[in-house]
Amino acid sequence: MTESQAWPQAIRLLLLQTSHQLRLFLRVPVAVFFTVALPFVVLLIINATSSERVLSDTNGEWPIDAFVCVAISAFTAVSATFTNLANMVPIRREEGVLQRWRSTPLPVWVLVGGHVLSAVVIAVLSTVFMLGVGVALYGVRIALTAVPALVLTMLVATVSFAAMGMAVAAVVPTASAASGIANAIILPMALISNVFIPMEDPPSVIDAVANLLPLRPFVDALQAPLHPMNPAAAPRWGSLGVVALWGLVSFVIAVRQFRWNAAPGGSTRRRRSRPQ
Amino acid sequence: MTGPVIKVRDLVVEYRSPTGPLRAVDGLDLTISAGEVYALLGENGAGKTSTVEVIEGHRPRHSGDVEVLGIDPAASGAVRRELRDQIGIVLQTSGVEPEITPREALNLFSSTYRAPRSVREVIELTDLRDFADQRIGTLSGGQRRRLDLAVAVIGRPKVLFLDEPTTGFDPSARRKAWDLISNLRVDGTTILLTTHYLDEAEYLADRVGVMSKGRMLVEGTPGDLQQAHGQSVMSVKISETGSMGQQDIEHGVALALHAIPHHVTWIGQRLEITTSDTTGVLERLASWAASAGLVLSDWSIERPSLEQVFLDLNTNDDRGDSGD
Repeated sequence: MTESQAWPQAIRLLLLQTSHQLRLFLRVPVAVFFTVALPFVVLLIINATSSERVLSDTNGEWPIDAFVCVAISAFTAVSATFTNLANMVPIRREEGVLQRWRSTPLPVWVLVGGHVLSAVVIAVLSTVFMLGVGVALYGVRIALTAVPALVLTMLVATVSFAAMGMAVAAVVPTASAASGIANAIILPMALISNVFIPMEDPPSVIDAVANLLPLRPFVDALQAPLHPMNPAAAPRWGSLGVVALWGLVSFVIAVRQFRWNAAPGGSTRRRRSRPQ
Repeated sequence: MTGPVIKVRDLVVEYRSPTGPLRAVDGLDLTISAGEVYALLGENGAGKTSTVEVIEGHRPRHSGDVEVLGIDPAASGAVRRELRDQIGIVLQTSGVEPEITPREALNLFSSTYRAPRSVREVIELTDLRDFADQRIGTLSGGQRRRLDLAVAVIGRPKVLFLDEPTTGFDPSARRKAWDLISNLRVDGTTILLTTHYLDEAEYLADRVGVMSKGRMLVEGTPGDLQQAHGQSVMSVKISETGSMGQQDIEHGVALALHAIPHHVTWIGQRLEITTSDTTGVLERLASWAASAGLVLSDWSIERPSLEQVFLDLNTNDDRGDSGD
């Protein structure tokens, strides 16, 4: 009898869901392109066209190409988590995939956990790749003492941005709206967060806004342990706190607003027939 | 296992609409026993899908009691998981990621159940062999519906919900799907299906319920419904009429069938009698013919199709409503 059999182990289910999501990611060329290839090309272009300048921040001076490389690495992690989930989850909702899983005994937290964990894995791998490029080409140095801070920063930020992606996925009406909304959020934020163009002497209002939004604090927190002159051994708690707060609020929104099926009539996909 | 597997009492489902709450299901009762195949019929908007979605646990109900395998489908957490382990669902609007193959999908879905069927068995059962390793995005609509069915039965469900399982199938694919559903019935699986196809209900179902405007209009075996709500057409050849003309015979028949509702027409030498009481007509007509010295031969009785019953029921229901 089925009753006497044990449930499959939760950790095994989580790993299966995660590897399933990773396999899906690798089979969606456009996702791979936007998450990994595009930031890499942007990095090459920016650093090929910028002059050999030196930037100063609170910890001392940076060669500009190393500074930009770390900033774009952070942006890559955000693409892999926030943008990726905000785009893909509504598509899966409209494909009926979420509804399909809801019919199975898979616990909801495992389903969501698989999405989040796979996004974190993609973020970590692509960030490691970008930083590797930085080490090879742009003089980025990774001090051993800074590794714990680096790991913690990546963990807090990727999970938080994944939660933000799930929150956007929960509230957007349709999949086609999702990609627009995700980009409308992330691109202006990147412009004021030192990602593509480091701002020297920004207006104080923009500076203040950027510090309240989650991207700039993440960039700052990732740059601190990677500072070429003065790598911080301790994580930037204040910046990480801002990121984590955004993650927490997003988590609550995602849990409350999560929908399994496309809104009636709001689907961008043609349904086989309308539900009654 | 015997006894009811699905119990629904006084179910009410309401939707919000700009003009106030809309009652999709209005006091529905439904009991389905173990191993039974039950078909829920009704026109679009009759409340079939809403009913089934509540029973599946996919839609909240306004009021009423619902139990599936002794569990309230609105339960959450561990109880809900227990129920999910024992039921399989084919929804109209669910799907699987187009980037993977049916085999990969079945492997993944089977991982979530306690006692799943083997993937190979399900691929055979649902006839997915030829495209088990193709991306789902490249499959036809009918092939995807077969995959839906495969995903629904991978967990070895005791109860299977099929929402219009063969919509979009070509005739031979429908036959195959019917065979599959019949095979599952042999395994003792209880099946609740909704369908627009009356021949599907006639072929598959032990019992049929016809819904209209959120209520159960009538319930019974396909045979019961045909007998109780459809008019059979009896036809008989009358020979050796002697001096009797058609009018005399009609008169005699009218007297013989007194108090049995019927309608008579002639087709050449054959008399056609449309009635819902074929047994009564047969008895009285035979004894009248014997006493009148007529020879009746070549009897035939055509039962109404379930489709005719269904159309009659819905027409009557509409007529009944026109007064308010």
